[in-house]
Amino acid sequence: MQLGQRVYSGDDVQLLTASGLGILRGERVLFEGVSLAVAPGEAVVLRGSNGAGKTTLLRVLAGLTRPEAGSVGHDGAHHWVGHRDGLKPNETPRAHLSLWAKAWGADADIDAILNDFGLSRPADVAARYLSAGQRRRTALARLMLETRPVWLLDEPFTALDAEGRDRVLAMVAGHRQEGGAVVAAVHGDAGFAASLELVL
Amino acid sequence: MGMLSAFANPHRFLALSNWLAPLFYAAGAVLIAWGLWQGLWMVPKDEYQGGDIMRVMFIHVPAAWLAMASYSAMAVASFVWFVWRHELADIAAKAIAPLGATWTALCLATGSVWGKPTWGTWWQWDDARMMSVLFLLFLFLGYMALRAAMDSRQKAARAGAILAMVGGLNVPLIKFSVDMFTSLHQDSSVITSEGPKMAAVYLWPLLMSGLGHSLLFGALVMTLMRAEIWTRRAARQRASLLAGT
Amino acid sequence: MSPAPILSAFRQALSEAWAGGAGALLPLGFFAGAAVLVPLGIGTEPGMLRTVGPGILWVSLALSSLVTLERIFQADVEDGALDLWLQAGAPVSAIAAAKTFAHWLTAGLPLALMSPVLALMFQAEAGADLLSGALIYGLGGLAFFFWGGVGAALSATVRRGGLLIALIALPLYVPTAIFGSMAMSGAAGGDSAPLLLFASTLFALALAPFAMAAALRLAAD
Repeated sequence: MQLGQRVYSGDDVQLLTASGLGILRGERVLFEGVSLAVAPGEAVVLRGSNGAGKTTLLRVLAGLTRPEAGSVGHDGAHHWVGHRDGLKPNETPRAHLSLWAKAWGADADIDAILNDFGLSRPADVAARYLSAGQRRRTALARLMLETRPVWLLDEPFTALDAEGRDRVLAMVAGHRQEGGAVVAAVHGDAGFAASLELVL
Repeated sequence: MGMLSAFANPHRFLALSNWLAPLFYAAGAVLIAWGLWQGLWMVPKDEYQGGDIMRVMFIHVPAAWLAMASYSAMAVASFVWFVWRHELADIAAKAIAPLGATWTALCLATGSVWGKPTWGTWWQWDDARMMSVLFLLFLFLGYMALRAAMDSRQKAARAGAILAMVGGLNVPLIKFSVDMFTSLHQDSSVITSEGPKMAAVYLWPLLMSGLGHSLLFGALVMTLMRAEIWTRRAARQRASLLAGT
Repeated sequence: MSPAPILSAFRQALSEAWAGGAGALLPLGFFAGAAVLVPLGIGTEPGMLRTVGPGILWVSLALSSLVTLERIFQADVEDGALDLWLQAGAPVSAIAAAKTFAHWLTAGLPLALMSPVLALMFQAEAGADLLSGALIYGLGGLAFFFWGGVGAALSATVRRGGLLIALIALPLYVPTAIFGSMAMSGAAGGDSAPLLLFASTLFALALAPFAMAAALRLAAD
């Protein structure tokens, strides 16, 4: 496991920090001693082969998985778009976004967001009838419901076509310009300049 | 490997159990043997409680005590692990479960054997002890099944701890409700051979038998814990070899 | 901390439980099974039916809880919704309680409300007792669903965990079953039984959500 080079250093404010993270898988050490600090505008890209621990590390950063060693610090809330979309089989994109907007107490223009993600036509179609790409876009649309400083994305480009990919890249760029930060696990070319690359 | 040395070194326990377990085995065997000798041959039979068959009480009653006590011990060990994460506590809880289940089953079996010739049925719904012990058996089996169904050792420990603590908090309530239920339906004489009602001639063999069973139980728990410690060590070494460290 | 995520969890669980109208069928199914199949199976002698009627309804309630609960948490684990609920900014125990409550409303409460009808079919005397009976079954069912929820949360990652849920939940159901049936039969000791049932249900409502929360965090780990 190697640490990449920082392209530019952030401010004193660190949106997300982790120190000495260690994870066991069964009795095997998956990774240990992982530390990082993410400042506003930065993007961390996690690389590695399947099973290397990218998803696990993201889940530790999100607070879903408990590390065997080390700690994570958050300065502000985060958005999570995981490997699985979080859609119920009977849930429509509109219902999904409305549910989470209400749950988070966010005042969001659902129709506009659906439109931005090309989901206007299938907005009221149950998730079980949607394509994988449409479900992915619905999950990513959650990012627009509320402004949060840190985005944790697990293979965000899965099942997306070129247009979907470009849309995600534009979102990420906009988010970083506003001072947000992104930690993403990706396969292949991330498509955005990473401040830091972690290879697991 | 700083993270893995968080595995509390069980050297002290291994050293202690090395001589304590054999001692418990020996003392337990002696006491059980004496209790059985007293119970099966020496004490007079009680016709009211079923004649000779009531001698099985010298196994049945200690088994019931152990069933209750061992579940409480398992719950306490689980709580200790949950709060302080001392791995030995989890190993203890894991070891107690199958042994507690065995003594629980033994209690139920001896109770049935007692009940059939005495009251004509293999199972008495009005016997508070038998009912409580039956539910304890389910609690033990549920605990073992849940741990076995988890993917990893750490998850098994966490799941088991949650269940054992929930069960532990419920056991007094279960026992209370069962006692209430059976006290309403007391049409046949219940096996009430405990407490000050019992003649001293029965009490001493019963107590010695109880102590003997407890010592044997303790020795077996230590043996199972030692086996588990070595199993985990071997698994860790194997994992290290695989990882090339 | 706002209650919004808890209400959302409640509403989503409610709509999931009612999905496509199937939610309404489950309690009706158990009710029909109890009311129709049991007399066919054990005979129609009125005195006997009057005696076993309350017990049959308790069994129906228990089974109804075990069947519904099997899926509620496991589905959330599988489709990633649990990950979102764990990060929703509300105590996981409250979210778990809201989901369990929603499932009781769909599958437990209807059975309790229909209990006077079942009681009449089992030759009970018509009267105010039937209404208090519905209250008893309501309270008891609530305890069943919450303890069953602990089993369901612990088994959320286990394939075909239905049997495991039943094994875990059965001992926890005992006090409710005993106090509940004592309250229904109104026999000796029946005066304190409703209070004991109320107390043991409160105990379930207080303790189970925390156990469910710990189990759900484990399931997501």
